[in-house]
Parts: sequence; C-alpha cells; structure tokens
Amino acid sequence: MIRSELLQALARENPDLRADEVEQVLDTFFDEIGKRLADGGRVELRGFGAFSTRERGARKGRNPRTGEAVDVPEKKVPYFKPGKEMRRVVNDG
Amino acid sequence: MTRSVGTLTRADLADTINRKLGFSRAEALDLVEAILRHMCEAMSKGENVKISGFGTFVLREKRERIGRNPKTGVEVPITPRRVMTFRASQLLKERVANG
Repeated sequence: MIRSELLQALARENPDLRADEVEQVLDTFFDEIGKRLADGGRVELRGFGAFSTRERGARKGRNPRTGEAVDVPEKKVPYFKPGKEMRRVVNDG
Repeated sequence: MTRSVGTLTRADLADTINRKLGFSRAEALDLVEAILRHMCEAMSKGENVKISGFGTFVLREKRERIGRNPKTGVEVPITPRRVMTFRASQLLKERVANG
C-alpha cells in the first residue's frame, strides 16, 4: 500500500469529505508524528506501535568515492517498535 | 537542545486535526483510527506500507532459530515468524537528526 492508496481508502469511507480535506488529514497525521520525533519526543499508538528516537554514537566513516576517512558525529535516528496487537496481526494474517 | 517533551497519542493527533482543520473531535478521532486501521489491514494481508516523506513499514520473514529462556537457560526453538520493521524516509531521518 502506498500513500495514495491509503488516501483513496479514506476518501471512499468518507464520501462527505472533499479529496483535499482527506489529504490534509493525512498530511497532518504524519507531520505531527515527525514533529514530535524531531523534538526528541515519543509517539505511542496503542495496538499499532510506538515511535521514538535513538542516539547513534559518533563513528569513523569513509567517503565511498575517495576512500577518505571522515568523522561522523553522533546523531539521533527514528525508531519504531510494533505493538502487541500489530505483532499478532502480521503473523496470523 | 533536547527538550523534554511528552508522549504523543491518538488523542493528541485528533486534537490537532480538530484545531487545525476544523473537524469535530469525534470525526477527527474516527479519522485517526481509520488511518491506523487501513495500514494495519494492509500489513495483515502481507503488504508493505509506503508513506512518501515519512517512511516504509516493511514486513520481514524470520526463519526458525534457537533461543534460550533467559531465566532457566533452557534452549527453545523460536518458530518462524513475520515481523514488522520501519524504515524512515531520508526526510524524516534529517528532521530527527537536525532536531
């Protein structure tokens, strides 16, 4: 499923809404999650899963083109842990 | 830098949709629930869910492996299973890295 298919599914279920309204809802939904993660917070959607961020320590990297060693500073990365219900659903179909 | 912010929930998402877009609270909560339900249904059918600008929920098949009960140390087989993982988009990674 891609974003536009999710959009269509929502639009079908809500015939009273205009397409651009459904689009705004979807944009807001994912944008708010991203914003909270960017602020260092956590997003908990019971049954679905939880988004959080994890620190990744500084490391030595290499420029793949030149082979030159470069310092990669520590940074935060997004992390997702599926909820109990989701873990069950993907297994049992 | 790292501000201490609370946990965002369904209710908070519905609240923003209510305030920003003018849907009633009940409608907003229904829409939040519907988004999650549609994604969950797709995954239950074995589909990956790809949201451009956000990330992709990817199903991965795990083979059987030997695990250990951490309390008793007894070896037990872990049955083959399907697990859900999330790969953040480049955009989301950048937003999170830059704070």
